[in-house]
Amino acid sequence: MFDLSGRTALVTGASGGIGGAIARALHAQGAVVSLSGTREAALQQLADELGSRVHVFPCNLADKTALDGLIASAETAMGGLDILVNNAGVTRDNLFIRMKDEEWDQVLRVNLDSAFYLTRAAVKNMMRRRFGRVIFITSVVGSMGNPGQANYAASKAAISAMAKSVGQEVASRNITLNCIAPGFIQTPMTDVLNEKQTEAMLQRIPAGRYGTPDEVASTAVFLASNEAAYVTGQTVHVNGGMIMI
Amino acid sequence: MSDIAARVNKIVIEHLGVDADKVIESANFIDDLGADSLDTVELVMAFEEEFSVEIPDDAAETIRTVGDAVAFISKKSA
Ligand SMILES: NC(=O)c1ccc[n+]([C@@H]2O[C@H](COP(=O)([O-])OP(=O)(O)OC[C@H]3O[C@@H](n4cnc5c(N)ncnc54)[C@H](OP(=O)(O)O)[C@@H]3O)[C@@H](O)[C@H]2O)c1
Repeated sequence: MFDLSGRTALVTGASGGIGGAIARALHAQGAVVSLSGTREAALQQLADELGSRVHVFPCNLADKTALDGLIASAETAMGGLDILVNNAGVTRDNLFIRMKDEEWDQVLRVNLDSAFYLTRAAVKNMMRRRFGRVIFITSVVGSMGNPGQANYAASKAAISAMAKSVGQEVASRNITLNCIAPGFIQTPMTDVLNEKQTEAMLQRIPAGRYGTPDEVASTAVFLASNEAAYVTGQTVHVNGGMIMI
Repeated sequence: MSDIAARVNKIVIEHLGVDADKVIESANFIDDLGADSLDTVELVMAFEEEFSVEIPDDAAETIRTVGDAVAFISKKSA
């Protein structure tokens, strides 16, 4: 089960905590993986660790011109693209009335716009090949909201609505689009929280601990697999029980 | 039948799984051949590949029948 041999995958934000774990997990199941992110050294380090069946494509997703070539480059290098994991994401937190235009724009551009451009380019060829798996890493705050994260929460909720719409358009072509909504996962993104914030967070998590990137990655493996063919337009919440919907 | 028309017909028959005798010049992909909107996009993609031409979105919208497709491609590859 969940064998990905012969499959090709692109993971954005593969230089980060969750993206790195997803890339490793897809690779371990046999997929050829392309790693993307802005920090080339971090991507190369992961590529070295994985050894074979791996490609590196540095790309700043806030830069539309750079982003335009990413899917084509990955398809050329791997001979196709079966699995796209839109994982890269940023936060620029601020109280809503204080939120700067740039904070709104940057978060929407990297989190939402890039997911639109990459997915549009990828789905076109997935339609030709009659197979595709698109996975978006969203967030629990896309469902719950979170003070200080109006921009981030909006970007994540928008992605799930996009996935549902496109999922309906292309379901007959064996292409699925699903979201994974992590709760609090131990990564550089959450390391910035102070002790008081961490304490308050843990109060709200029935499992009593943060999740690990591997616990998100195993869900990605499932959604990427042949076995998940009948799952589309869904959000899988990986949050230790923080919300149950 | 021109070579282009024969190749267009073949793509339409294969893609939509319709009988060859239905694929006449005036046949409308959606009304006569049962295509949905996604099928029409895929047909255009298949024509682009087969004939190595680019069919921009606004032109694609004007290609509604088998004859439209043959005419557009003939003009492009002339
Ligand atoms: N950690 C959590 O608790 C948590 C919870 C819910 C959702 N998430 C979501 O999970 C995803 C991964 O986050 P993470 O926790 O693994 O955080 P992370 O370690 O900070 O990773 C973020 C990744 O996004 C990439 N990225 C950021 N801006 C980019 C840009 N302009 N162009 C290209 N890549 C860019 C980074 O690449 P570079 O560093 O190379 O620029 C990095 O690989 C994000 O979408 C996040 O919203 C995380």
